[in-house]
Amino acid sequence: MNIGVLIPLIIFLIAIFAIGFIASKQMGSGGSFLQDYFLGGRELGGFVLAMTMVATYGSASSFLGGPGTAYTVGFGWALLAMTQVVTGYFVLLILGKKFAILSRRYDAVTMIDFLKARYNSPAVAILAAIAIIVFLFSAMTAQWVGGGRLIESLTGLSYTSALFIFAISVLVYVTIGGFRAVALTDAVQGAIMVVGTLILLIGVIIAGGGIPAIMQDLLNENPNLVTPFGADRSLTPAYVSSFWILVGVGVVGLPQMVVRTMSYKSSKAMHRALAIGTIVTGFIMLNMHLIGIFARPVLPGIEVGDKVIPLVALEVLPPWLAGIVLAAPMAAIMSTVDSLLLLVSSAIVKDVYLNFIKPDAPEQKVKMLSFGITGVLGIIVFLLALQPPDLLIFLNLFAFGGLEAAFIWPIVLGLYWKHGNKYGALLSMFTGIGSYIAIHFYNQEYGNLLGVHTVTLPVVLSLLAYLIGSLAVKREPFKF
Amino acid sequence: MRPDTPKTPNAPQPNQPKQHKQDPRFKTAHKEAWIGVALAIFNFIWWFGFAYGLGGRPVEEYTYILGLPDWFFWSCVVGFILMSIITVVLAKFVLTDMPLDDDRAYHPNPPNFHDQKGPNS
Repeated sequence: MNIGVLIPLIIFLIAIFAIGFIASKQMGSGGSFLQDYFLGGRELGGFVLAMTMVATYGSASSFLGGPGTAYTVGFGWALLAMTQVVTGYFVLLILGKKFAILSRRYDAVTMIDFLKARYNSPAVAILAAIAIIVFLFSAMTAQWVGGGRLIESLTGLSYTSALFIFAISVLVYVTIGGFRAVALTDAVQGAIMVVGTLILLIGVIIAGGGIPAIMQDLLNENPNLVTPFGADRSLTPAYVSSFWILVGVGVVGLPQMVVRTMSYKSSKAMHRALAIGTIVTGFIMLNMHLIGIFARPVLPGIEVGDKVIPLVALEVLPPWLAGIVLAAPMAAIMSTVDSLLLLVSSAIVKDVYLNFIKPDAPEQKVKMLSFGITGVLGIIVFLLALQPPDLLIFLNLFAFGGLEAAFIWPIVLGLYWKHGNKYGALLSMFTGIGSYIAIHFYNQEYGNLLGVHTVTLPVVLSLLAYLIGSLAVKREPFKF
Repeated sequence: MRPDTPKTPNAPQPNQPKQHKQDPRFKTAHKEAWIGVALAIFNFIWWFGFAYGLGGRPVEEYTYILGLPDWFFWSCVVGFILMSIITVVLAKFVLTDMPLDDDRAYHPNPPNFHDQKGPNS
């Protein structure tokens, strides 16, 4: 591995480390420790809010897997990826000011605090906490494996040492710096993603001899590559459109996004964030997937999708610039992992321990426990990622869509529909997760039911469950 | 009670009026949520219409704008730029600024836990 590539990556890791460390120094500037550690004291401004939402959401799949698939499938996959632009404004507009106001009124620090206050039900809180801990813990482990493998492939280190470097750099700043460190490093990581994708796009276009030349190469190879239907014409409009739910509007149900919509300082910050978030998400997704498509004539014959971006960066850019560009997927993975780590930790400390085990624990103990749990969780994830058990890989399959199907209606309708109640919320969560797992197996066996992505039906079924549960058992309008 | 324990909203409060009045800020919040829904629907129609309307033609009939196939250019490039402009206009001119903390002027029944909150909450 070229030393020129490594130097920018090492500088990146040191910089992230330093920012996290500085952010941790700002902690304890007054106010409640939990608000500060798990929510950054609700002080995020527009730019940091937008970036932490984009960076948390943009993961290994936006930078490695997605462009790799676009390389194989062509423009159809870029069309599918652009469904994510909606997340930039939708999450903030839908949860919006009402969620911000209510979470302040209830002093909610986590999504579960909100659910618990809204539904006034320990059962809802427990079920939600279990779902978050189980699914996001496995999602986090999968991302750590991705981070370790990326460092391994870039540096030539062994997987264990690569994972160790990755774990140490994330763990230290999350543990000591909490949410503020996560959000600030996310902002820097988001900026790196923007710059990295732009440099690489330009590099690929130049290497391919301009866009018209690249397009001619694609047409010569397989005209289907420039259609919306995919290289083998298997991408149907219904299937591609169903990603509007999975990676578009459904994202409103993901706990790592929900918690961010209660972390901003003012309504001005939220306004700015929804414009910045839309622009940055669209820019990154458009560029990354165009890079994947354009890489095909430049560097034909890559078999493993995840390797397209690293290989093409090394091919078309000088080493030091490739190092900067390859810091982008690194940044994407780190910024997802740090958010998930803190979220699982908050679910254990705040939602389980303080809610059900020891509600009157003294501040000092809560403090030690928060640092302790975050650190220990990180170490467990590291050990599991060394040799990921099959169960984790299995659970990770449901982490994204399953949580969306579970939480979208209890959150959104809980916020806007006064007749929503705990029976609806419980039934909706059970139905969402249960039907997601069932349909997942059906689709694996018999092909996609109705030709749409697995997430579609569970989201519809959990809506019905919410309505039925809320109306059937006991009708008592909630007073906001 | 710990300052950060979620308050139960339906717990009786000493000076709660008989008739529950909605926080006036929620009216604006509801309107803005509907704007979000409308925007997503518009975004979907634009994206779908150009992608499959133009992209459904035989490949030989495609034209190319800035080197990209016309359906992709209109659906994804122009669509994205359009959504960016709309969100900037929304943020600058349409969405309403409001305080997010509870305040006597906005909250009809002043919450009795208000003074318990830390400065950062």
